[in-house]
Amino acid sequence: MSELFDIYLLEAVLNGLLLGGLFALLSLGLNLIFGVIDVVWICYAELIMCGMYAVYWLHVQYHWPVLAAMAAAIVLVAALGAALHQFVIRPVLSAEPINQLLVTGGVLFFLQAAATLAFGIDFRNVGISLPSVHVGEMSFSAARLLAFGAAAGGVAVMYFFLKRTYLGTAIRAISQDRAIMPLMGVSAGRIFLTTSALGGALAGLAACLLVLQYDVHPAIGLSFGPITFLICVLGGLGSLVGGFIAAFVLAQFISIGGFFFAAEWGYFIAFVFFIVVMFIRPQGILGK
Amino acid sequence: MSIGNYPLHLMILVLLWGYIYTSWSVMGRLGMVSFGHGAFMGIGAYTVVMLWNHFGLTPWIGIPVAFAATAAVAFVIGYPCFRFKIVGHYFALVTLALSEVARLLIVALRDYTGGSLGATPVTALSGGSGVALGALQFESKSVWLVIVAAFWLGGLWVWRAVDRSMGRLALQAISEEEEAAASVGIPVTAAKLRVTLISALMTCAGGILYAQYQLYVNPDAVSGIAISLQMVFGAIAGGMFVMLGPTVGAAFTLLLAEGLRLAFGNKYPALDSTIYGALLVLFIIYMPKGILGAALSAFKGRGR
Repeated sequence: MSELFDIYLLEAVLNGLLLGGLFALLSLGLNLIFGVIDVVWICYAELIMCGMYAVYWLHVQYHWPVLAAMAAAIVLVAALGAALHQFVIRPVLSAEPINQLLVTGGVLFFLQAAATLAFGIDFRNVGISLPSVHVGEMSFSAARLLAFGAAAGGVAVMYFFLKRTYLGTAIRAISQDRAIMPLMGVSAGRIFLTTSALGGALAGLAACLLVLQYDVHPAIGLSFGPITFLICVLGGLGSLVGGFIAAFVLAQFISIGGFFFAAEWGYFIAFVFFIVVMFIRPQGILGK
Repeated sequence: MSIGNYPLHLMILVLLWGYIYTSWSVMGRLGMVSFGHGAFMGIGAYTVVMLWNHFGLTPWIGIPVAFAATAAVAFVIGYPCFRFKIVGHYFALVTLALSEVARLLIVALRDYTGGSLGATPVTALSGGSGVALGALQFESKSVWLVIVAAFWLGGLWVWRAVDRSMGRLALQAISEEEEAAASVGIPVTAAKLRVTLISALMTCAGGILYAQYQLYVNPDAVSGIAISLQMVFGAIAGGMFVMLGPTVGAAFTLLLAEGLRLAFGNKYPALDSTIYGALLVLFIIYMPKGILGAALSAFKGRGR
């Protein structure tokens, strides 16, 4: 009996690891944008929702091959990210920081309502079900394994991009000193726009992986939006590595909490943990 | 009855939400942008309904219990936040977590709360009696209009009292430059905590009124991120720096929704929130003082 219990617990821990990969991917783009532009996109999860609808629509309604639909969705959300920066964030860049948070909250409202208007409140499924993978007596969802792999790949590519390319170096420079870099001939406006598009593309990538696991509906952003912000804040807003650690810590709370109690209790524990950590270390695990 | 039930219902909703948005703006206008007021509303609504349904305790006992719980939560969250100088979007995100904690708790305790399906207070309105004072249930909408109007006026009075107090000047100094305010001897933590408690208790009362009026509560309607954002944006749309701003915000959103519903029927669900969302973005960018705030400045500008 106790052996059986242990193997289910192990399964919960490993599933938490996979969930952590998904969370890490979700928070990657948001974290990048915060680190560079110093703005929290409250509507980040809604951008992901747009990507999910794009995949659904192109694949199911227009019969595009699924990979083509996914590529198009990534491009679309990248464009949305750039547009969001250009038309919504830029006008309030010099306003109170809280206005930048609030204006993206308005976008959240808008996207959620526009999705309801355009697609109705139905839950829509792309109809691709990946098999589950069995290891011994444990089973894992292949979609989650894929998400984990994509998250690891995404973080590696981001790391390489930021450290090794000219643009990446410029982005890091801007994030370290917003005032000086323009004097050094780095155009902050262009860097911000590029970063926003990049953040959008990462949201699009997350959308492609989420759409394999979850049905898309207008309120889906509310179900994983809050946890995404908390991961970024917990890791230290702007710290990619911190965000990665936070994603796995919170995912374990949710997975193990959900194993012993119900799924909501897992989230409940994760959120309470977040609040407590904020009081002890407001700058996050690896914040400056 | 002279006015129909439908206009009466709308008036009650405008005043009720006007009161709740006003409660939020009591602290929101002083630079403490809370995304956690859904938690206080949820505590109010659910404490009273749960005590009544499961223990048969009258709301007259439930209300003080709800107030005590709200004050405790506001203190437990507020004190460390203010003590450790968690401000701006960090404060917003910590309080956002709080509103989700409240929602998750209500959903997770589904054996008692009914989970996402919500709960209905056990009716005390039987045998043709339209008033059950002990259960705080009234059939007549006119009675509710009077009650809600009284709370709304009370809310405006508190708003004004806070606005005129020395504490407000101190808090404004704090919201602009916290370190400087502390250096001239303003007790930053205590001042912030006081306003937070006032705002939280007012919102808790709003949750109780909502539950007793609608005679139905569910976790998404009274807690969680969605309702918290609704309060923030209602106050911003109307203008959180003027006394009647939050009320104007409530009236505006409700009239927009009802107007579009009358014009198009139910053909375009969520058309009102789509327009509202787009307007919010425009307001925050171009009219950060909100509808009433901008109207008043324009009026003053012409008078000069």
